[in-house]
Amino acid sequence: MNRFWRWSLQWGQPAMLYQRLLRLQPWVATLAIIFLLVGGYTAFWLAPADYQQGEVFRILYVHVPAAWLSMMVYGAMVGLALLVFIWQVTIAGWAMKTFAWLGAGYTLIALVTGAIWGQPTWGTWWVWDARLTSELVLLFIYLGIVLIFDVLADARAAARMAAILTLVGSVNLPIIHYSVIWWHTLHQPPSIRGLETSMHWSMLYPLLLMALAFLLVFVWQVVWHLRCRVLMEARHTPWLAKRLRSLNQSGENG
Amino acid sequence: MRLSAVRRKRLMWAFLVLVGAGLGAWMMLQALQKNVMYFYSVSELLEQPASSEKTVRLGGVVAAGSLRQGQGVKVFFDLTDYQKSIPVVYEGLLPSLFREGQGVVATGQLMDEGRFVASQLLAKHDENYMPPEVAAGLKKAEP
Repeated sequence: MNRFWRWSLQWGQPAMLYQRLLRLQPWVATLAIIFLLVGGYTAFWLAPADYQQGEVFRILYVHVPAAWLSMMVYGAMVGLALLVFIWQVTIAGWAMKTFAWLGAGYTLIALVTGAIWGQPTWGTWWVWDARLTSELVLLFIYLGIVLIFDVLADARAAARMAAILTLVGSVNLPIIHYSVIWWHTLHQPPSIRGLETSMHWSMLYPLLLMALAFLLVFVWQVVWHLRCRVLMEARHTPWLAKRLRSLNQSGENG
Repeated sequence: MRLSAVRRKRLMWAFLVLVGAGLGAWMMLQALQKNVMYFYSVSELLEQPASSEKTVRLGGVVAAGSLRQGQGVKVFFDLTDYQKSIPVVYEGLLPSLFREGQGVVATGQLMDEGRFVASQLLAKHDENYMPPEVAAGLKKAEP
């Protein structure tokens, strides 16, 4: 337990974090690309067309993973917000900024693909029903958090303020999830509820592959961003200078 | 895990923020319950007094065997929630998923004579996805 504890805490030290991110990056990148290729192939070629919607339904393979991710990223951000707020972990603040940016991106993808899907199937790009509106609110919350980080010069103050906004905004997560169950909406209820699904297996497994692919791409993005951030923040510290010197030497020798 | 006093205090604050925001959101949604509903079901609309002044959205299923083509792009059909039904008239382009047995949301007015005059029609697709062969098989298995 003690060793695990020490290992966990080391993620909070920039030098250790940088080492681990660097080692992680090629693995995550390779896995992400493999899953994107395999998932994309099964989703856009192997999966059969839908009995009602025909080929249009395939946009689901981008829409649903993006929408899931938009909520999962926020959920993870609540954890980071607690680390910032209670334990004042500096790196959790850096990660929050990255998460907010990426989360906003995935929310936007979910909204845009949803509109493109809605036009041919429902007959409209947009309606103000509970599901669509609460997802739009999620985008605004993400953008608000991004704005706090961008506007406040003091990074620690920004992180704490963003943490509070994240906690307040987390109320929206259950609203998004249950909107299609609590209220009449134009958006249909979820096809996957726990282990039960109303989706044929030949269409379901490409969705699961694509969801995993999106998650891996997200992790890849986080690893990349966070690594750059650590470098930025550490540009005047001895450990980086030492590391650069050793890199230079090995370059000259080789 | 032991928390120091100052961290315990911050944890309390975080908890209070969560509870406060949750309570606020819950009260707001309770007050707005009616407005958050995107449409009325057939039974819900019939419970209200008919008013040709008020534009409302009505959601239901296009009753089997009720679809009739009128002049031009005019269509007549019944919307049902399998308990009650309302006759609907609509003039305009139909969404591609529109058919008998399909869920739709119609925007319009309920007239005094009990007819719903729709100015906009949206198809509501369900959460079932399957290949056409499976759907055909399911249909054949039905009595």
